[in-house]
Amino acid sequence: MLTDYLWAFLVGGAICAIGQVLIDYTKLTPARILVSYVVIGVILGGLGVYQPLLDFAGAGASIPLTGFGALLAKGVKEAVAEQGLFGVFSGGLTASAAGIAVAIFAALLTALLAKSKDKS
Amino acid sequence: MTAKEYQSAAGKAIPHSKAARNIPTAFVVGGLLCVIGQAIIDLALFYGLEKDVASACGSISLIILSALLTGFNVYDNIAKYAGAGTLVPITGFANSMVSPAMEFKSEGYILGLGAKMFSIAGPVLVYGISASVIYGLILVLMGG
Repeated sequence: MLTDYLWAFLVGGAICAIGQVLIDYTKLTPARILVSYVVIGVILGGLGVYQPLLDFAGAGASIPLTGFGALLAKGVKEAVAEQGLFGVFSGGLTASAAGIAVAIFAALLTALLAKSKDKS
Repeated sequence: MTAKEYQSAAGKAIPHSKAARNIPTAFVVGGLLCVIGQAIIDLALFYGLEKDVASACGSISLIILSALLTGFNVYDNIAKYAGAGTLVPITGFANSMVSPAMEFKSEGYILGLGAKMFSIAGPVLVYGISASVIYGLILVLMGG
């Protein structure tokens, strides 16, 4: 049980540390890093490499944005197995629907209620 | 050492010492966010939720936490120090939606708040979903 948390910390931390290396040593902007992480997650998920990492590190693999990409790939794979061609288009968003809807609604609610501090 | 030499030596040293501090900070903050996610997943599993649903609960809870912290102007302050530690986890994705939505509310609810919310999340969804569609097409071509 405690080792689960240790691996979540180590794997999640390592994935973030790689992102920091990219920020410090390349000219990649945060937006490019997020896009790259999702696409890499889809590729690793599609290749079947990410699932073992998820089984092993739990939230350490699912919370970083690569986990979002892997979830898209997993959704597509399952939907294609059940529905064929239709699943190509329905699978990704079906699997990630709850997270996306929560993020959109939470962003709307927060923006309506909160005041942005001046960034000047 | 002349002033010029010092300047160039300092210029070389600064990014390295900065990276020496940034990378461990990103590691620890990112790791801790994942540990919080794991605790929520374990709690959801304890209450009998399915594994996939429990995992989604972990992500959703962190998205809400991130929205709250962004709303109170806390998340962006942590992000100044944590860098990729607060960018790469799903909380960073949520922050990338909440922060511009708050900032551009003054430009209107449709093209300000509503549109700017997706200035980073939009590209992430465009390329993430498109990559997953390409993966799906490959699966279909290979015979599902």
